Amino acid sequence: MLFYYLIIALFIGIATLFNRNSIIRFVLLGMFLTLQTAITFYAYLHLNIEEYGYFKYDSLGVIFMFVLNLLSFTTIYHSHIYLSHRKDNSRVQSIYFAALIMLIVAMTAVYVASHVGLMWVFIELTTLSVATLIYHERTSLSLEATWKYVFVCTIGITITFIGIILLSFGIGESVAIDFSFKALQEQLLHVNESWLKISFLFMIIGFSTKMGLFPMHTAAVDAHTVAPPPISAFISTTLMNVGFVAIFRTYSIFAHTSIQPWINEVLLWSGLISIIVSAAYLLKVKHLKRMSAYSSIEHMGLTVIGLASGGIGYFAAIFHMVLHSFVKASVFYQIDQFHRNFGTYTISKTGNYFNRNRAGAIVFLLALFGVIAMPPSGLFITEFWIFKALFTSSHFLILTLALLFLSFTIYSLAKNFLFILFNQTKDMLPVQETTKVSETYSQYFLLALIFYFGIYPPYQMINLIQEAVKNLP
Amino acid sequence: MINILLITFGISLIYMGIANRLSTCINVLALQGVLLFGISFIELIEINTLNLIFVLFETIVFKTIIIPLFLKHVIKKNKIVRESEPFIPDFMSVGIITFIMLGSFIFANIIEVANIRKMFFIVAIAALFIGLFLIVSRKKVVTHIMGYLVIENGVFILSLSAGNKMQMLVNTGITLDLFVSVLVLGVFVNRIGNTFEEMNVDNLTNLKD
Repeated sequence: MLFYYLIIALFIGIATLFNRNSIIRFVLLGMFLTLQTAITFYAYLHLNIEEYGYFKYDSLGVIFMFVLNLLSFTTIYHSHIYLSHRKDNSRVQSIYFAALIMLIVAMTAVYVASHVGLMWVFIELTTLSVATLIYHERTSLSLEATWKYVFVCTIGITITFIGIILLSFGIGESVAIDFSFKALQEQLLHVNESWLKISFLFMIIGFSTKMGLFPMHTAAVDAHTVAPPPISAFISTTLMNVGFVAIFRTYSIFAHTSIQPWINEVLLWSGLISIIVSAAYLLKVKHLKRMSAYSSIEHMGLTVIGLASGGIGYFAAIFHMVLHSFVKASVFYQIDQFHRNFGTYTISKTGNYFNRNRAGAIVFLLALFGVIAMPPSGLFITEFWIFKALFTSSHFLILTLALLFLSFTIYSLAKNFLFILFNQTKDMLPVQETTKVSETYSQYFLLALIFYFGIYPPYQMINLIQEAVKNLP
Repeated sequence: MINILLITFGISLIYMGIANRLSTCINVLALQGVLLFGISFIELIEINTLNLIFVLFETIVFKTIIIPLFLKHVIKKNKIVRESEPFIPDFMSVGIITFIMLGSFIFANIIEVANIRKMFFIVAIAALFIGLFLIVSRKKVVTHIMGYLVIENGVFILSLSAGNKMQMLVNTGITLDLFVSVLVLGVFVNRIGNTFEEMNVDNLTNLKD
C-alpha cells in the first residue's frame, strides 16, 4: 500500500509542478489530501503490519501521521491564502505546491520507516524539499537562510550516517547486519560500550538538526525567520516531529543496552542547554517569527528531558509533541495575517492588535496560554508530567535549572505577546490590509484541540502512545 | 596495495590544506575519486557485476567526472577569483591538519579497532575532521562545498571498511541523496553569485538577533 502511495503521490507532485491552471491545481491538491487521509487511516487500521521489510505502521508513526494529516489540510489552506495575497505567478505557485507535496510525502515515509538507512534517505529528502520552500520569497535574506539550512542539515545528516556506520563497526564484521530498528535492538546488546557511546553521539548530533536541539539548533531558527509563515508552521511542527521520531527510535534501540544511564544524561543536558539558549535569546528577541522559533526550541528541550527521565516522561514527551504541533501551527498561521496587517515582523513597530484584528488577537492570546503551558491547556498537563518524571528519577539539579529558565521564557513570551496585543505606541505602522475572520477558523480549531485534549484525551490516542512506549525500560 | 592508496589519500588531504588555487582543489577531489575507486575495487573481492557497476558509477562517474566538472562550471560562470582565501596562513593549516591526523591515529588506538581496519578508520576519521576544518577556515562558499565533498569521501571509506553491508536499495538511495544535495548546493552557489558581488561568507551574516 505504501508503495502505491509513494507512486501516486509522485505523479500528483509532478503534475502539480507542470500544471499552470489554478483549477486543475486545486483538484490535484484535493486528490493529494484524499490520498494522504487514506494512507493515514489505512496505517491506523493496519497497526504493526510490516511492508516490504522497510516500512512498518507502528503506533509512534501513526500518531504523527495523524498530526501531519490534519496539519497538511490547514497548511495547504493557509498557503493558498498566503500565495494569493502575494500575487505570485502561476509558475512559482506550482513549484511551491510541488515542493510541499514532496515534503509531506517524505515526512510520512520517515514516520513509518523501520529501517535506519531508509529513514536517513527520507530525512535528507525533507531537507531538500523544504529548502525550495524556504527560498520561496527569493530575497537575499532567504538565500542566506536557505544556504545555511541546507548546508547545516546536509552536514548533520552525514554525521548521522557516520554514526550508523560506526554502529555496524561495533556490531562486528562476522555477522550480516540487519539495519531494521527491531533487529538492531537485539544486536546492540553485545556491543562494546565505547562504540555504543560514539555512535550514539554521532547519531543524536545529526538528528538534532531536524529536531532543533542544542548543538545544531541554529539552522532551524534562521529558516523560520524567512520561510513563508505556513511553511514555518511545518518546520516548527511536523518537521520537528520528524527529528523527534528519529531521536525516539534511536533512543529506543540504545535504551536496552548498558549505556542507558549515560545516554539519559546526554539527552538531559542537551535538553537543558536548549532551554537555556532559548531563554537567553528570547529575552532580547525583536522578530516575531524568531521568537516563535526559539519558543519551539524550548519545547523541544522539554520533550527530550521528558524522554530522558523515563517513566511517565516517555508518555508525556510524545503527548507534548502532539499538542505543541497544534499550538505552534496556529501561531504561525496567525503570524501570516499579522504580517499582512502590519507589514512587518518587528515586534517594537507593532501593537494594539486587539483593536485592529480582534479575531486574530484572540488566537494569539489563546496560543499564549498554550505556549507558556497555562492550566486549561493540555501542555500544562504534559509539562507537569515531564517535571514529575524528572522529580521521580531524582534529577533535582536539572529540574531546578529547567524551571528557572522556563520562567524566563514565560516572562519574555508573555511580555512580547501582550505588547503586540495591547500596546498603544505612537510610531505604529498604519493598517496595510484588513483580514477576514473566516481565515482564523482553522486556527481556532487547532487551539480548541489543545484545550480539549488536555481535559478529555481520546482513548485511541492514549492507547497508541502507551503502545509506542511499552517497550522502553 | 590498499595501504598505499589510503596513504596517498591522506597525503592528498594535506595537499588540499595548502592548495591556493581553486582548480587545484578540484583536481585533488578528482584524484580522490580515482583513489576511492582503486580502494573499493581491491576491497570488494567477491565482486559481482551489479556491485562493480554501482561502485564504478559512484566513484568514477560521480566523484571523478561529474562533480569536478560541475564545480569548474560554477566557478567559471560566477567569475570567482581563483584564490581559495583561507582565514589562516597555510603554515598553520598544515599544522592543524597534521594534528588532526595524529589525533585520529590516537583515537583509533584508544577505541581498539581491529588491525586490518585500522588504516581505513584513521583515514576516514581524518577526512571527516579535515573536511570540517576546511569548511570553517575558508571564506568562499564554493570551498565549503569542497569541504563537504571531502567529508563525503571520508564517509565512503568508512562504509567500505565496514564491509558495505547495507542493502542495495538503501545504498543507492544514499548515493543519490548525496549527489542531489551537491547539485542543490551548487545551484544555490549560483544564486549567491547572482545576488552578491563576491561569494564570501561575509555576505551571509544578516540573519541575527
